[in-house]
Amino acid sequence: MDADVAVASGATGAGGDSDTKAAAHAASGRAVRRRQQLATLLFIAPAIVFVAIFFAVPVVNNIIMSFQEFTTATFYTGEAPWVGLQNYIDVVLDPLFARLTWNTGIFTFASLTVTFFIGLGLALFFDKTFRLSGLLRSLLLLPWLLPLVISAAVWRRMMDEGSGIINQILRAIGLNGVPWLTSPDVALASVVIVNIWIGIPFVMVILYGGLQEIPREFYEAAALDGATGWRAFWFITWPLLRPVVVVVLTLGFIYTIRALDIVLALTGGGPANATQTYATEAYQLSFIGFDFGHGAALSNILIIVSLVVAGLQLRVGRRPNDLAG
Amino acid sequence: MKTSTRRGIAFAVAAVSITALAGCSGGGGGAAPSTEGESIELTAFDYYTDEPSHSTMGDRLSDCAAEVNATIDHQSVPYPQYNPKVLQMVSTKTMPDLLMINNPDLPQFAATGALRDLEKLDVDTDQFLESVLEVGKYEDKLYGLAPNVNSLVLFYNKTMLAEAGVEVPTTWEELGAAAAALTQGDRYGFTYSASTGTEGTWTFIPFLWSNGGSQLELDAPEAVEALTFYTDLALDGYVSKSVVNWSQADAKDQFASGKAAMMINGPWQIPALNDTEGLDWGSATIPVPEAGDTPIAPLGGELWTVPASDADREARSASVVACLNSEDKQLETALTNNTVPSNKAAAEELVAQQPEMASIVETVTTAYPLTGDSGLQWNDVNMALSAAIQAVISGQADAQTALEAAQAEVQG
Repeated sequence: MDADVAVASGATGAGGDSDTKAAAHAASGRAVRRRQQLATLLFIAPAIVFVAIFFAVPVVNNIIMSFQEFTTATFYTGEAPWVGLQNYIDVVLDPLFARLTWNTGIFTFASLTVTFFIGLGLALFFDKTFRLSGLLRSLLLLPWLLPLVISAAVWRRMMDEGSGIINQILRAIGLNGVPWLTSPDVALASVVIVNIWIGIPFVMVILYGGLQEIPREFYEAAALDGATGWRAFWFITWPLLRPVVVVVLTLGFIYTIRALDIVLALTGGGPANATQTYATEAYQLSFIGFDFGHGAALSNILIIVSLVVAGLQLRVGRRPNDLAG
Repeated sequence: MKTSTRRGIAFAVAAVSITALAGCSGGGGGAAPSTEGESIELTAFDYYTDEPSHSTMGDRLSDCAAEVNATIDHQSVPYPQYNPKVLQMVSTKTMPDLLMINNPDLPQFAATGALRDLEKLDVDTDQFLESVLEVGKYEDKLYGLAPNVNSLVLFYNKTMLAEAGVEVPTTWEELGAAAAALTQGDRYGFTYSASTGTEGTWTFIPFLWSNGGSQLELDAPEAVEALTFYTDLALDGYVSKSVVNWSQADAKDQFASGKAAMMINGPWQIPALNDTEGLDWGSATIPVPEAGDTPIAPLGGELWTVPASDADREARSASVVACLNSEDKQLETALTNNTVPSNKAAAEELVAQQPEMASIVETVTTAYPLTGDSGLQWNDVNMALSAAIQAVISGQADAQTALEAAQAEVQG
């Protein structure tokens, strides 16, 4: 019981109501406070341990690995000769690197741009409630709910040059079939198309949420002043939506640039490396070729590129919103 | 409140230690007192996750272990996760007593030093085909024995060949002519897998090797000639250009559905072909450049190896490997898995019981391990060659240019 009082006064940080009791309370109060701080620390500790084990250790390991000649033998002997920047030099000077950079850039930029505009259009469309709009909106989430490997396998069948349904439709209306996944000139575009289809729900849901946050009164007031339609969008919706747009673009960028499963499931990086990106090549170096040093170097390059671009995006979008000034 | 604070601390401490412990559990193995003469449990690890392969393998392992007074703890993970999982075991020193390895991966795992030389463990190798022993060797030491091996053969649709009046091709010239004659309407005369990665690469290897080429001299005339012949079949329209995106299973689907009259594939497709109604198929060794040449196809197979542990466990595991490779066990596996026994007598018995396996058994006798000439460089060769095949079929480069680039990639 005594201790309870001490804890109470210690916790509030007050000196106590009586001078005679104050000194005694202060001493036990300090001890209790220390104990509480210890308890606080111990409660945070699992989270710290978790972050350290599952995030810090792998990242640090990956960085160290990228400076070593790390092969399958390393797993047994533990010996990984230090090679400094050699892995990075090898990866960058590889004839394939320019191709990887181009593919990664086009894949990310094209996917993100088109996904964003279609997603924004759909979000604006569903912002006006109409009959069945809720049902339609949920149906549009389907690409997001399907396991990626399954939807990619279905797309692979649909895009087959000879028997795929897309080419059958094209031929039925008198057009030529397109070698979707089999021509190096078209394969990257095909992968981008599938990635757009997969990415739209994510963009739409977040932008739709952002639109719901904009007070309806703004539009009413603007309408009184004669601003409707396009002008309402440009002067009210867009400025107020911008913080959400920044989040969508930043997250979308990070999700897209590291996309691995969809490329592997559709083309495996082929034909003739036409769809090979940083992410797929890093995966293949490490887990197909067992060349962990080079794989780590390439994935670190990928991490640096994403960090720099994501950082720039956040910096550009720092203002809370355009109306705030 | 005091007690509740204390309980809170205790709880937090427990949480931390559980988190920390979780990271170190799953160990096992380690130095144990000698187990000689006692009954022990051996662990076995493979990627036979499908039934009935998993149970039949487990039964064979248990039968063999019983002979050395041991029981088996048999575990399987799917192949895509298999190699990373094995590497994890290697680094945490929690290797199983019996480890199965897919033969192209053997050089990588043998190079780690984690596997024991089977000849030092007194495994008798007399009754094996020389080509099969080669599959389990790395730098002249025998690390693994494959109870059963497989390779690639030419499958053909008997009905379509008869309709077109075409004989089963045995040379490249005949193969080209047959493919042309069999290409009709939306049906292709021939098909193979040219997908990114090993499936696409090793389907081409019989053509490279039978022409005298080597995986380490990709820009040599023999290799260029082989790739030119192989890809011209697609460029001339006898093989669908979609093959760059077709796995061996896709190629089998095309063949089974009548969209291709011939294909290069492995005997593991036989059950699916037999299940296809109305399909009358046959198989033959892969056509060679000139009449009289020997077909050299790549050997594939799953090797059983013995990772280093203590003397008693290694000795018993080696006995299990030897037992798995005994004649009757091999025949049993072959009859259920459509593979070729590595024991000569068992192989002959298989042909007697399943005549459709004759061509594959014949192929195996002259076959060569897939990574036989490239060894540790196989992974580089695989990626570079796969890209070269795809580049030519998709019209990006001619065979000469594509293979020069591939050779530069392998050497660089």
